[in-house]
Amino acid sequence: MELKGSRIIKADPQTVWNGLLDPEVLKACVPGCREMHGSPEDGFDAVVVQKVGPVKATFKGAVTLSDMDRPSSLTMSGEGKGGAAGFAKGGADVTLTPVPEGTELAYNVEAKVGGKLAQLGSRIIDGFAKRMADQFFERFQQTIEGPQDEDESGQDMAEAAEGGGDEKKGWIKRMTGG
Amino acid sequence: MPKDGGIGASTKRREDVRFLTGKGRYTDDINIHGQTYVYFLRSDVAHGRINKIDTADAEAMPGVVKVFTGKDFEGVGGIPCGWQVTDRFGEVMQEPAHPVLAQGKVRHVGDPMAAVVAESPEQARDAAEAIEYDIEELPAVVDMKEALQDGAPKVHDDLTSNLCYDWGFVEENRDAVDEAIKNAAHVTTLELRNNRLVANPMEPRVAVGDYHAGTGDYTLYTTSQNPHMIRLLMGAFVLGIPENKLRVVAPDVGGGFGTKIFHYAEEAFCTFASKQVNRPVKWTSSRSEAFISDAHGRDHVSKIELALDSDNNFVALRTDTYANMGAYLSTFAPSVPTWLHGTLMAGNYKTPLVYVNVKAVFTNTVPVDAYRGAGRPEASYQLERVVDKAARELGVDPVALRRQNFITEFPYATPVAVEYDTGDYNATMDKLLEIADVSGFESRVAESKARGKLRGLGLNCYIEACGIAPSNLVGQLGARAGLYESATVRVNATGSITVMTGSHSHGQGHETAFPQVVADMIGIDATQIEIVHGDTANTPMGMGTYGSRSLAVGGSAMVKATQKIINKAKKIAAHLLEASEGDIELKDGAFSVAGTDKSVAWGDVTLAAYVPHNYPLEEIEPGLEETAFYDPSNFTYPSGAYCCEVEVDPETGKVEVLAFAAADDFGNVINPMIVEGQVHGGIAQGIGQAMLENCAYDSDGQLLSGSYMDYAMPRAADMPMFKVDHSCQTPCTHNPLGVKGCGEAGAIGSPPAVVNAVVDAVQRAGHHDVTHIDMPLTPSRVWSAING
Repeated sequence: MELKGSRIIKADPQTVWNGLLDPEVLKACVPGCREMHGSPEDGFDAVVVQKVGPVKATFKGAVTLSDMDRPSSLTMSGEGKGGAAGFAKGGADVTLTPVPEGTELAYNVEAKVGGKLAQLGSRIIDGFAKRMADQFFERFQQTIEGPQDEDESGQDMAEAAEGGGDEKKGWIKRMTGG
Repeated sequence: MPKDGGIGASTKRREDVRFLTGKGRYTDDINIHGQTYVYFLRSDVAHGRINKIDTADAEAMPGVVKVFTGKDFEGVGGIPCGWQVTDRFGEVMQEPAHPVLAQGKVRHVGDPMAAVVAESPEQARDAAEAIEYDIEELPAVVDMKEALQDGAPKVHDDLTSNLCYDWGFVEENRDAVDEAIKNAAHVTTLELRNNRLVANPMEPRVAVGDYHAGTGDYTLYTTSQNPHMIRLLMGAFVLGIPENKLRVVAPDVGGGFGTKIFHYAEEAFCTFASKQVNRPVKWTSSRSEAFISDAHGRDHVSKIELALDSDNNFVALRTDTYANMGAYLSTFAPSVPTWLHGTLMAGNYKTPLVYVNVKAVFTNTVPVDAYRGAGRPEASYQLERVVDKAARELGVDPVALRRQNFITEFPYATPVAVEYDTGDYNATMDKLLEIADVSGFESRVAESKARGKLRGLGLNCYIEACGIAPSNLVGQLGARAGLYESATVRVNATGSITVMTGSHSHGQGHETAFPQVVADMIGIDATQIEIVHGDTANTPMGMGTYGSRSLAVGGSAMVKATQKIINKAKKIAAHLLEASEGDIELKDGAFSVAGTDKSVAWGDVTLAAYVPHNYPLEEIEPGLEETAFYDPSNFTYPSGAYCCEVEVDPETGKVEVLAFAAADDFGNVINPMIVEGQVHGGIAQGIGQAMLENCAYDSDGQLLSGSYMDYAMPRAADMPMFKVDHSCQTPCTHNPLGVKGCGEAGAIGSPPAVVNAVVDAVQRAGHHDVTHIDMPLTPSRVWSAING
């Protein structure tokens, strides 16, 4: 299964790049993420709880970063084992291109599932994966950009907070002490 | 003979009372004191190298008795294959090892790689989650043609390729067939796929292994169609347990359809493990597990060419088939695309030259083996589709083209090694045209058209070889078993009878039909007769039930044993009546002296056999119990003609099956109601294959249709009312009952009728380029065909 997409983030590529490499940011943005530890050099260990159709499982997995061309492209790949539920694994090629509004983040995701997830969830897996990717990048955008006008992003921010975004203020502000 | 209970009576099935009132005793109903439960950890990748399996954490989990991996089975035999095919170059097939638990590699999603035995099923499952394993995923092969390409990943590293065998039949005819096709006035070619199916019996598989440390005896309770064969295969080839120490019981079994013929790893595991943990070990498959561990069916990709002369006579037939074996060879897998398929390619036609080529291929999928019809549906589907296409290309009536080429003289030796003993293909065709009201079809087309629907009619013939099989013949063809059947008829002191048969009943109604035969022969009421089956401890060695063989082979053994009983009883009666044995007649349950009014009742004779006070002890032994084994001299050849009427919605591609008619020749019929039920079930499965069912893998070998959300089982609402007829009867010439077998016919004959009908419907609407649509005929496929 493959997914492609892009979105404009109102921050410069270096800021976006730093965000992608920060486990706290990733934890806040990966839907269902309970734990995320590690570093860009050694990779991250993650625990994610997700429900795919009838299968709910805790996935324990590792995320590695490769082909890192700071601050313009990298490849994230990961594999999660969900015990009896099977496994999910995938990779995302991410490119960051400077644009007048900030940075265009483009992604090309390839994902695979196996075991019971494939056996029971194959019909819904494409929609599920798209939703996961949308949520991730939506949250990522929110986290990097910080809060927008209430009417624009209130709901999304609430989601991000629920998903682990501990602050209602943007990551840039936190990083810059704002 | 009582009219309601003998041969030809539609006696209601006595076993249905317990089945329908929840009083059946299935394997899962068997619970033994102290039993443990096993959960199998199965591979979730299609192909992978096992780098590590660490069971330490799992062993520490609550309730865990023992955790097994492939290492525990290193000194144990693998799951054997029961048929060795020799390829067209004279070499035997490639036969990979098939360990009980995976060793070194996993080869399909569902391949068991560890097993947890625990106090409860839940504890076993929880502990299996705690097993740490590292499987290095390897590229998988799923598509058969890709699997045969140079450099394709190998399912088995120790084999030279993924080709199990390249079989040619009849190899000597190869050049002559090629020549005839080259020179023919017309050649019709068709490429098609026979879709992979999952059998889905209502009862999933279950096994309970029970080792008795006091005696060293093992008992295996299992959901099997042939407990004796499981005992032989598992005892002799896997675990090394002699028959006298191993009992296999297959109690009530809720449907088999072929997939419960085979010896499975879970059976061997439970038997083996019960000694290791010294407690009974039970496994109950979940439905999800069944999808990835029960042998699948069909999965052939074929090209068929039919050559005709300028008078539309069939002159040659050539087929080229790829048959999926899956990752390992299941018990009968190699025989299905070869001897159960190639031998039927002549069909009902006097085509003088036939050549069948089959390449059997290993892939990273669940093993494929016999499923209702086993090879014969694949043959019938190709042949009847290509004949239909030829009729269309030549602009002739498909019925007339078939009739012109029918075999009409019997016995008939086909060019593919078998000899049909009897048949009358015109008679079943005539009957079909009548019951399907084919002459009224055009008016129904107009009626459908008025509603904006496309109506089509498809018909076809079929022939099958069943009642398998002559042991000496199948031995030459590579079977590693005999295929006789057995029966012990035990007449009890008061005249009641217990028949112990080597056949097994799992929905076929043996407990009703078999007594009808014995009752008819002796002239007593069928309710005095009981059938015992499914337990190696109290039935003679038999080969079980599959290939529509139970009545033709097992019933014949029972007839032979009953005849021995009658012969002995006549001796006893002659003594009691002080008459000559030659003058004794048996009628309506009484022995009489011909030409006199002297007679003695059945019960008096049987009592004398067990209370031999007045008995010819110097001539015959007391008791009245006889065993017979019957080995048929030929297959039986049921045949028939089927017709399907469909309506296609051109807007959506949705097909509705409106009518289905079947005219079968099963030879003599013992219980017409049961025969009709068998045909109904077969047609339902055939329509299921044609319209709905499809087992799909993705390119990584993940099973996509692994539940009833994605694997579409036929339901009552998908079926029309069936019109079935079996009044055309040309009795089998070589078994004592003159019966041919009816269990698989419906599944063999129905898929081509459905596809022929849908192609007819779209052709009538002017879509002349649509000459074939692969099964299942989903709305998407039909719509796409219509709309290019």
